[in-house]
Amino acid sequence: MTERKRSHVNRVVVAASAAVVLQSGMAGAETVNVFNWSDYITDEVLQQFTEETGIAVNYDVYDSNDTLEARLLAGSSGFDVVVPTATFLQRQIAAGVYQPLNRDLLPNLANMDPALMAAAASHDPENEHATIYMWGTTGIGYNIDMVAERLGEDFEVDTWAMIFDPEIASQLADCGISWLDAPADMYPAAFAWMGLDPQSTDAADFEAATEMMVAAREYVRYFHSSQYISDLANGETCVAVGWSGDVLQAADRAEAAGQGVNVWYAIPREGAMQWFDMMAIPADAPNPENAHAFINFIMRPEMSAAITNYVWYPNANAASWEMVDEEIFTDPAIFPTAEVTETLFTGVTYDSRTDRTATRLWTRVRTGQ
Amino acid sequence: MSAGNALTRSAPWRGTAWVMGKLGFSGRSLVIAIPMLWLGVFFLAPFFVLGRISLAEALIARPPYTPLFDRAPDGSLQIIASLENYRFLMTDALYRNAYLSSIRVALVSTIFALLIGYPIAYYIARAPEPKRSVLLLMVILPFWTSFLLRVYAWMGFLRSNGVINNTLMSLGLIDSPIQMMQTDFAVYIGIVYTYLPFMILPLYANLTKLDGALLEAASDLGASPMVTFFTVTLPLSLPGIVAGSMLVFIPAIGEYVIPALLGGPDTLMIGRVLWDEFFSSRDWPVASAVAIVMLVLVVAPIMWLQSVQNRREEG
Repeated sequence: MTERKRSHVNRVVVAASAAVVLQSGMAGAETVNVFNWSDYITDEVLQQFTEETGIAVNYDVYDSNDTLEARLLAGSSGFDVVVPTATFLQRQIAAGVYQPLNRDLLPNLANMDPALMAAAASHDPENEHATIYMWGTTGIGYNIDMVAERLGEDFEVDTWAMIFDPEIASQLADCGISWLDAPADMYPAAFAWMGLDPQSTDAADFEAATEMMVAAREYVRYFHSSQYISDLANGETCVAVGWSGDVLQAADRAEAAGQGVNVWYAIPREGAMQWFDMMAIPADAPNPENAHAFINFIMRPEMSAAITNYVWYPNANAASWEMVDEEIFTDPAIFPTAEVTETLFTGVTYDSRTDRTATRLWTRVRTGQ
Repeated sequence: MSAGNALTRSAPWRGTAWVMGKLGFSGRSLVIAIPMLWLGVFFLAPFFVLGRISLAEALIARPPYTPLFDRAPDGSLQIIASLENYRFLMTDALYRNAYLSSIRVALVSTIFALLIGYPIAYYIARAPEPKRSVLLLMVILPFWTSFLLRVYAWMGFLRSNGVINNTLMSLGLIDSPIQMMQTDFAVYIGIVYTYLPFMILPLYANLTKLDGALLEAASDLGASPMVTFFTVTLPLSLPGIVAGSMLVFIPAIGEYVIPALLGGPDTLMIGRVLWDEFFSSRDWPVASAVAIVMLVLVVAPIMWLQSVQNRREEG
């Protein structure tokens, strides 16, 4: 593994934003307001953008799609570029939140991988409103030694049985299992484990999956969508349903801490969700031209490669892949092999009825009520 | 009474007061106007916005709910409002359970805060002067650091390989860590710890005013310290107890952060349900209805208490 310290990402981004803000004072009125996930970019990209274009970047971060969506739906968010996950993007497009991309201003779209863009187009027909920033999978983060100690060295961890099969989960409960507190990730995973259609919106499937998960929840220590990063890294928990890059971040932190905690990531063989984070421009963006310039800049092969090398999430920029560090590009936990890619499925955007069903049933899973 | 008499004698003031007096404003109403304006802008207006959203229907749009006024097909203006969201809250036991469990958590926390806070307040109130200021400072001092950081500090204490478990294990008192994080126990600790000063300060303010002569009189008449406490001190400090309990109970009932950080999956509280409705179900109208019902649930007992107290003072 590399010796790069992921825990420094935060500090660097803060320093970068400070530098960028200072520059904006000198550069004058040209700015672009970017709202992205936390720990999801490298400062060099932002600095170089400002150097080349003279456009200052106001960079702000969030840690959940819900936060982003609430601000977008409230209106007048003031952002020029936002990065929702594709399933959320689809609903937001329906709500009239975004403006169509102007392809004349985005020549670097030619760099994007056609297959991945086609997969994302299931949420945004013909990629009219957005392009892929990074993507990833929802799988299982685990503590190599603790799991081997309890299930044996030979146990193949790439299975949802780790968390859903009471017989196996019960053996892991004492070292701590955590689930994502996100029904849109957990139900498709449950469907995949049960052999149902992961994209199902059938209320009966949701009921069945709820019953299955309620039986397994006894072995769950908590439901949370970011706490698991530090808990896996500290050895506080041993198995976590998580997002690929986040789990790898935990692995890196654990290694940096040098406490003998070894964390790794598995994509369950029953199928796992592949998701896309998409760059889009709100309809009421104050600087739409600068927003296009920013998006086009990110789609430059060198920039996409620099970000992937830093955040360990795969990008969809085919022209950048030869510039991605060898060990990252060949790591199947980051860039899944073609064989594994076959088993991945994309998420679906739930209509409001299914949304309510899923949220309500998920409350039953989470609280037992 | 003209306002001019009550105010100062400087010319501009007199002029203003004269004008206001002519317009029918007294100095008294001017003074009241400021807090009324504050309440109007920061409490009543948001409350009406909430009330209005709670009568709408969720929609995938911006903003995500139906407008109050709409043009009917024939061009006439119509008002769209329904109590459907409130009916919905009645149909699902989840909401009732969440309200009840929030009230339970808040009540238990308040009782513990009172049991811990009362002796502390009593001790501080009875302490001699230089010591008293130091003690008061120790109660207030934690407020100078972020509340969030202090909750995180508790996570450091309570976790499986945290301070408490490590100490107990190294002393050989336990063999394996006690699971304290993600339990109701941790939530109670968090809430009582966070809101304890709100209990101590009103009690202290009340207890310092206690007339020492009354206690002397009680002991002269042969009452034991115990009897004195229960027949003199405690009844006289009742207003302090009520004020402190309110200040703990009200924020605790809607608490979201502490159960989210310290609580387990079973900790069902209305703050969390509200979050789910707003963010996960994206149903602003139902979320607003949950908030309004919550407000009514909290305000009703307070008004009742207020009227009881008023009657006591009159009687």
